[in-house]
Amino acid sequence: MNTTTAQLPQSIWRTLLAEARPAISLFLALSLITGLAYPLLVTGVAQGLFADEANGSLILKDGKSVGSALIGQPFSDAKYLWGRPSATGPQPYNALASGGSNLGPLNPALVDTVKARIAEQRAANPAQTGLVPQELVTASASGLDPHISPAAARWQIARIAQIRGLPAERVQAIIEACTEQPAFGLFGEARVNVLQVNLALDALK
Amino acid sequence: MSNKTTLPLLDPALIRPAMQQALYKLSPRAQLRNPVMFVVWIGSALTTFLAVQTSTGQGDAPAGFVWAIAVWLWFTVLFANFAEAMAEGRGRAQAEALRGLRRTTWAKILNEPRHGAQWQLRESSDLRSGDVVVVSAGETIPGDGEVIEGVASVDESAITGESAPVIREAGGDFCSVTGGTRVLSDWLVIRVTANPGDAFLDRMIAMVEGAKRGKTPNEIALTILLVAMTLIFLFACVSLLPFSLYSVASAGQGTPISVTALVALLVCLIPTTIAGLLSAIGVAGMSRMMQANVIATSGRAVEAAGDVDVLLLDKTGTITLGNRQASAFLPAPGVSEKALADAAQLASLADETPEGRSIVVLAKDKFNLRGRDLHDAHFVPFTAQTRMSGVDIDGQDAQQHGKRHIRKGAAESVRVWVEEQGGAFPAPVQHSVEEVAKRGGTPLVVADGREVLGVIELKDIVKGGIRERFAELRKMGIKTVMITGDNKLTAAAIAAEAGVDDYLAEARPEDKLKLIRDYQAEGRLVAMTGDGTNDAPALAQADVAVAMNSGTQAAKEAGNMVDLDSNPTKLIEIVETGKQMLMTRGSLTTFSVANDVAKYFAILPAVFVGTYPQLARLDIMHLSSPSSAILSAVIFNALIIIALIPLALRGVRYRPLGAAILLRRNLLIYGLGGVLLPFPCIKLIDLFLSSMGVA
Amino acid sequence: MNHSSVLQVGLYLLILFLLAWPLGRYLADLFEGRVAERCPRLAAVAGRFYRLCGVNAGQDMSWWRYALALLAFNAIGVLVVYALQRLQVWLPLNPAGMAAVEPGSAFNTAISFVTNTNWQGYSGEAAMSHLTQMLGLAVQNFFSAATGLAVAIALVRGFARRSVAGIGNAWVDLTRATVGVLLPLSTVIAVFLVAQGVVQNFAGPTEVSLLQPVEYSQPKLDADGQPLKDAAGQVVTETVTAKTQSLSMGPVASQEAIKMLGTNGGGFFNANSAHPFENPTPLSNLVQILAIFLIPAALCFTLGHMVGDIRQGLAILGAMTLIFLVMVAIAIWAEGQANPLLTALGMDGSGGNLEGKEARFGSVQSALFAVITTAASCGAVNAMHDSFMPLGGLVPMWLIQLGEVVFGGVGAGLYGMLVFAIEAVFLAGLMIGRTPEYLGKKIESYEMKMVSVVILATPLLILGGTAISVLASAGVSSMANPGAHGFSEVLYAFSSAANNNGSAFAGLSANTPFYNLMLGPAMWFGRFTVIVPVLAIAGRLAAKPRLAVTAGTLPTHGPLFIVLLIGTVVLVGALTYLPALALGPIVEHLNLFL
Repeated sequence: MNTTTAQLPQSIWRTLLAEARPAISLFLALSLITGLAYPLLVTGVAQGLFADEANGSLILKDGKSVGSALIGQPFSDAKYLWGRPSATGPQPYNALASGGSNLGPLNPALVDTVKARIAEQRAANPAQTGLVPQELVTASASGLDPHISPAAARWQIARIAQIRGLPAERVQAIIEACTEQPAFGLFGEARVNVLQVNLALDALK
Repeated sequence: MSNKTTLPLLDPALIRPAMQQALYKLSPRAQLRNPVMFVVWIGSALTTFLAVQTSTGQGDAPAGFVWAIAVWLWFTVLFANFAEAMAEGRGRAQAEALRGLRRTTWAKILNEPRHGAQWQLRESSDLRSGDVVVVSAGETIPGDGEVIEGVASVDESAITGESAPVIREAGGDFCSVTGGTRVLSDWLVIRVTANPGDAFLDRMIAMVEGAKRGKTPNEIALTILLVAMTLIFLFACVSLLPFSLYSVASAGQGTPISVTALVALLVCLIPTTIAGLLSAIGVAGMSRMMQANVIATSGRAVEAAGDVDVLLLDKTGTITLGNRQASAFLPAPGVSEKALADAAQLASLADETPEGRSIVVLAKDKFNLRGRDLHDAHFVPFTAQTRMSGVDIDGQDAQQHGKRHIRKGAAESVRVWVEEQGGAFPAPVQHSVEEVAKRGGTPLVVADGREVLGVIELKDIVKGGIRERFAELRKMGIKTVMITGDNKLTAAAIAAEAGVDDYLAEARPEDKLKLIRDYQAEGRLVAMTGDGTNDAPALAQADVAVAMNSGTQAAKEAGNMVDLDSNPTKLIEIVETGKQMLMTRGSLTTFSVANDVAKYFAILPAVFVGTYPQLARLDIMHLSSPSSAILSAVIFNALIIIALIPLALRGVRYRPLGAAILLRRNLLIYGLGGVLLPFPCIKLIDLFLSSMGVA
Repeated sequence: MNHSSVLQVGLYLLILFLLAWPLGRYLADLFEGRVAERCPRLAAVAGRFYRLCGVNAGQDMSWWRYALALLAFNAIGVLVVYALQRLQVWLPLNPAGMAAVEPGSAFNTAISFVTNTNWQGYSGEAAMSHLTQMLGLAVQNFFSAATGLAVAIALVRGFARRSVAGIGNAWVDLTRATVGVLLPLSTVIAVFLVAQGVVQNFAGPTEVSLLQPVEYSQPKLDADGQPLKDAAGQVVTETVTAKTQSLSMGPVASQEAIKMLGTNGGGFFNANSAHPFENPTPLSNLVQILAIFLIPAALCFTLGHMVGDIRQGLAILGAMTLIFLVMVAIAIWAEGQANPLLTALGMDGSGGNLEGKEARFGSVQSALFAVITTAASCGAVNAMHDSFMPLGGLVPMWLIQLGEVVFGGVGAGLYGMLVFAIEAVFLAGLMIGRTPEYLGKKIESYEMKMVSVVILATPLLILGGTAISVLASAGVSSMANPGAHGFSEVLYAFSSAANNNGSAFAGLSANTPFYNLMLGPAMWFGRFTVIVPVLAIAGRLAAKPRLAVTAGTLPTHGPLFIVLLIGTVVLVGALTYLPALALGPIVEHLNLFL
């Protein structure tokens, strides 16, 4: 405590020399523990207990991965349920470059983009005259959002039913089957997994 | 000095010189001592330069606006200077009175340190510590020192305001003399203890004038905080220029913020209110101490007084009146109380001690017994051997009063005396003796010849109002401890009566020292008063030590304050003054920072409304124009310094409430008040300016 | 805030405090050496470990030795992380074949992870090998959190100890923090996250087929991989059809756990906790936000235990909680509104503002996450702050600017809040006429000097950095949004860097030489010009005796002190940043709604 300023530079140097060995060896030892042993341990446990989840919750069809239950896919075909617009580049839902649009609320580019999407939605869903659900015209944060709200899904039922020649109740049932509720009925939102709905729709044939 | 009337806060006689001083203090060197005000000074200089520049046609902003800002920034500096000058002026007025005492006198320097030795004349200003001088009746004592030979009465009224002369004598607790006081009778040989310029008077003058006023620890810490705040606001304001440039470029409208407006914003935001008044508060604190007739050796000591949490007080003179007084006559069986009173009075007629007199007075009060003239009675004085005094009445007086041999004294001594004559010491009297001791009193037994008449109860009289003072101290969070040489029984009784929290009985000087150390080890700050040389170690150990001016030089050297009135309860006033100094600083700092909220609302919309018209929404005061808004804030900022000078000089009032209540109160007044007050004030200034058509 | 969001926030806090209470006690026991006393076998293992590393575990370090040790340890971290990034192409565990990271980015990232900022200029899935993620970034997630924890404990020791020269042993504290706290908790959290769907493997990108092939255009590349340009200098594009989707994989869960627990925030992927592989469900989201506040909240209890008066810790926790609640309310309210410019176009705004948000989290959990991650110095995001409503974006930015003292970073939150507490009691002490004291220690000019350094460092870095950047063309050209929002992006970037948060208004293209070089030093100095003075305060306080509490002592555990502390934090933050905020989010808000 009583080290005066004049003594400091010298003592700093001596202290650094004295503490060099613990600094380096502790760094190495703790690095091995936290940087290798720890992830290996977690991987071991994960692969043992939750192999499916640990490897990406892949959906297998005929032994082939047709997607991940957690990662959305782009849909623009009228027969499919559409998901969130994706701001990833160069293609939407690029899982190698996740991210959002980062457009500010006042950005004219945002207004223009949303305007175009609303027009697109209106054109694709002529039966719907009310307000366009927000999920269908705003980009998600990750660009990989696999979900939309039940309301946004219901909004598309008429279109899908018509194109596929299915009763609306049938589509509705599939959507409901693919709907998850908030955790404990409280945390998060109710949501429909778009890819799973579309896989189920295709499986109807 | 000698009058204790308080100076008026804003004495008109002081205002003119203070205004002059305010101008002198404009020199950058004087300003550098106060970093925050120095920033204002630079801002004033800069805007003045910009104002001059407007005359060349390429101004930073409209000429009238820049000039107005420049002028009001200079006023801000001047007002702060004025505050300091006022405080110093008050101190100086007190110092003038002291300085009158310091006129050079002639000193008779002795060649040898004894009375009657050869002496030569020298100017008192040439005296050094260690010189020995002789001072005779009618002469002024040339410097602070210690009496080494002689006894004399000294007039110290110039220092203490007490007109009764005091006795000063070699050795003991009354050997210290102060330069500038006058010997009235006899002579003194004095060893000088102070070098020129270092004497008590010089230190007093320096303290009150603020010339040697070093910053106190809390003042330094506060200054650091104020500088940090200033830097933060400096960052905020300087960065505003690039921000404004970007905003103007991207919004495509408006003009970038002018340097004048930036300087105005900066000066409004930095804590000028407290910085401008900071030194005035310190000087005023010292000067309040002076008014209480207390000389602190440093501001640090005054500040520490505010922190004290244990107060050690001597019983005698502080808690009780100096002397015990007779309070009751407890007669022996078969003796009337009146007879006892009569005998006691007779025995005490010649007893000039305060106890003796109080017996005469009590007898008179109770039984209307008057003092009588005795012609050939033989008074027996008190001696350490007999531990009794009394009177032998034979001859002529005996015809009137009977032949009597009355003695009064300690129970044991009287018992021996009575038994020597073949008398007996009755058990009920012994019982009374014990009862009195248990109550904290002192029993005196009276006997006439071989007959024991009874007991006089002498009691310590607790000073009026002292109990209330202690209750007040307890509310402040200060614990009081009574120090006494009495036995535990007596001490406990008096402690209970006076309402002190604790006591130290049968205290020797080393016990006192140990007590202080124990409290300090617990993490408490201890204050004490003392006068004797044997108090010096304890005084030196205590955190706040007030020496009585009547005390020895050693005690005064060991203490960090001297009470000229030699009034030990003065500690309470000292504690309050210490607290007031801190509270005034803290409250004004809070006030100063809280003010910034309103200033932001005035200035920010004003400077950016051209770029972002939506920001006009933030102009909740609806000020008449952007330039009027900025100017109003600057004028408010300057005027508030003037408005708060009386508060700075008087100090925020201390009330002995709990810490939390006190804080809540001051937070509401200075924090919340500081947020709210500027809104109406700035609005009013704005209304005034716009009605004058100025801005 | 509606009924459900009140319930969500309330339940969150309840669970948090129930977990933090015992953890706080454990931390006190751990760092006071009582855990080792109770378990001699553990102590023996630790002893052997220290001897192996050349650590003199019994040495009580002076504050500056402690500071030097931490600085040396962190400096090594910068070098190692930099080297790993530059050399990853030749090192194992690089299944995606990531190239060496460019020097500017590597420099920025190294400082970023060592300082607990975890600002990501890069995109994780496109730049870092698994080895770099694990051995470089994840390790620093542990070490930077351990550093913060050690500093906080050292400061608390300064208050708790009396008249001693030392504030503890840096090596022992780092080891205890890493192995005794972070590692076990991370393991539990990691396994839970895997169960929710967070990936944990060492595979390279996995191809899955797309149900509907997607057509898109991309720049045509020449033989060297450079974009081809036509005669007019325009980039030539080609239309491509993708039939598959490549899913990035890696040891995500193990890193995710410490990323949240250590308030680091550097995601494995670019989209951070918005990425479904990092944060797949509302439940994983709940665990993540709990993990962020867990240690910071527990440290308040630790403070109480170590100074022997639990109420002191509760007062700090109370102040933090109150500021948090107000900020959460504003953010949830702001994000609960849809963008009026968009609803005017015929969009349904009932879900709040959803641009840049994930459907599974919605506006409430996104706003809550944003407030928590910025109140703490985490910086993880589950939604894009850049696309928040103006006030919704102002809240996270301002929480960062307050110094991240509302729970705050691991350790950093507590020591930051204690610095504010020192400042608050200083003024309060003066106002009641006493030399200020806090937790029995006198606050004098030395402490105020160090406090001043702390409160000056970040405003200088933030305002100075922003000022330079909005004037420099290299600074302006990185903005993704025009006007006031572009300004907000830059202001947010420097606020985040200097306060070691790491979140961003991510539209700003910060992976440029200009920003890499501007933000790197901002992160380093933002971290260590706080840590060193804080340790100096710790050293000076430890050397002081502890004052007794008397009736004249200002109580620092009651509601009044909480109000005072909040007032100090809020007033300093408001007065410092109000002008800058007025030119960013505030003017945007007025533009949008008035």
